[in-house]
Amino acid sequence: MSRPSLLWKFYIAAFYIFLFAPLLVVAVFAFNASPFPSPPWKGFTLEWFIGTGSVFGKPGVLMDPIWLTTILNSLKVAVPVAVLAVVIGTVNAWLLERAEFPGKTLFAMMMLWPLVIPGVILGISILAFFSRLANGLEDFLQTDIDGLRPGLMLIVLGQLSFILTIATLIIAARLRKFDRSLEEAAFDLGASRTRVLRTVTLPFLSPALVGAGLVALLMSFENFNTTLMLVGSDPPLPITMYGQMREGATPAINAISLLVMVAVGGLASLFALTSKGDR
Amino acid sequence: MKPAQRLTLFLLMAPAILWLGLLIILPHVEILILSFSERVAPRVYQFGLGNYLEFFTEPLYWRTFARTAIMSILVTACTLVLAFPIALYIARVAQGRLKAMLLLMCLLPFWVSELVRTLGWMILLRETGVVSYVLQSIGLASQPVELLYNDGAVILGLVYGGLLFMIVPLANALESLEPSVVEAGFDLGGSRWTVLRRIVIPHAMPGIVAGSIIVFMLTVGNFATPVLLGGKNGLWFTEQIYAQFITRFNWPQGAAFGMLLLMLSSIIVWAGLRLSGQSLGTTLRQA
Repeated sequence: MSRPSLLWKFYIAAFYIFLFAPLLVVAVFAFNASPFPSPPWKGFTLEWFIGTGSVFGKPGVLMDPIWLTTILNSLKVAVPVAVLAVVIGTVNAWLLERAEFPGKTLFAMMMLWPLVIPGVILGISILAFFSRLANGLEDFLQTDIDGLRPGLMLIVLGQLSFILTIATLIIAARLRKFDRSLEEAAFDLGASRTRVLRTVTLPFLSPALVGAGLVALLMSFENFNTTLMLVGSDPPLPITMYGQMREGATPAINAISLLVMVAVGGLASLFALTSKGDR
Repeated sequence: MKPAQRLTLFLLMAPAILWLGLLIILPHVEILILSFSERVAPRVYQFGLGNYLEFFTEPLYWRTFARTAIMSILVTACTLVLAFPIALYIARVAQGRLKAMLLLMCLLPFWVSELVRTLGWMILLRETGVVSYVLQSIGLASQPVELLYNDGAVILGLVYGGLLFMIVPLANALESLEPSVVEAGFDLGGSRWTVLRRIVIPHAMPGIVAGSIIVFMLTVGNFATPVLLGGKNGLWFTEQIYAQFITRFNWPQGAAFGMLLLMLSSIIVWAGLRLSGQSLGTTLRQA
């Protein structure tokens, strides 16, 4: 098996072309001066990014309030999700790696559940449960609680349900490698518990905290299945993209996709750089 | 344990309890209850099996369910076959920088949103798309060819979406295969095929199981790929759940569909784990 056959090499090459072909066409047709994202090539344009709408009847994505609002909605979801995932994930990681309590094995197992539940089902179950909660509270308090109805707040909760598992696993993996004698040394030198946490434990965890935060940000930004079930009147980016793709795509979607790809590429390389410290 | 310690532990457990209780357990209890409630009058519900009976009596529903299950198994099998040579190459042949680069190049497309990847396939496959255009310009087709909105397109899109989740566990499993064992196989007169079948594949089994389970779960629960690439012919079960919940506002029916999908997904995962004698934790860690 040491000398790969020509056929095998050919297959590898074909595979990687297959892997990148869809991304390549998305990027290329963002610059095509045509009202449709399809061949033939009609010349290079930036109209779909920064155009005012005078050429194709639709403004470029960076000029279009629809796209700008939807990106803002995505950020309004992704930032709270990332912050909560890192904070709660750290506490969970501590429970998993350091604490002893009855039912810990059950807790460790249950924590993995959200990863095996299809996203659509996470979405509908949270939608149904929080509607019941809202109806109950409405009867009881005589006011409607908007946060429990479909909308950004519910999307945050829905995404958090499974992103928390991932954040916890990332942080727990790092905490497992921690040498506890470092903490003991700090205690022996007279540091208080909060000081040890701030100067010894958290700095050691920080690559995992940043990594978990970036992964959470990305997963939230790109989540579609769970979000679709919980969306209210202000859709995040994937929902808007889906709607536009069903209606019939214009190169505006290519343009926004390319921007997302570039942003994600940036985030991913940031993650790769921070996780290098792990090894 | 001192009372103060006990309080600290409780405070630290509170977020996890709230998370698993309010976002996972209670919502699933809610859809379980909902799935057994029948509407007898406006805003009046009672316990009954009606939603499940509806599923078995309406051919569209159970056929879509069976179709989703069968196609997901097919997609998982295709993904495994396509990914195996790649994983084997990455794990056993490629060295140093090339190896790292090949693996990184597998990861890259999956950092990009599922919708962007699906958009790419739409641009490639549609009647006015790139493939059709190329076929016409090299003379293989005399008129536009519609490659979108059929089962082939759906399978292609789903296999594409699952590849990474197959390659990584496979490559991890193959990584630990001792070269001397493979050599011994050849020395004892085994052909390439025999060595692959008797040594390499059995050794890769944990990776094969882990990858297959993950790909199957992702495929069964997928929504955007079958709907966008299959169009009206997509007919995926998640779409039925969405239709009941959002379009028709028949939550009890949608909840019953949700429970059925959850059961399908859980049974396949459980069966896969049983057949291979592995636990969920180690399987997820493989990925």
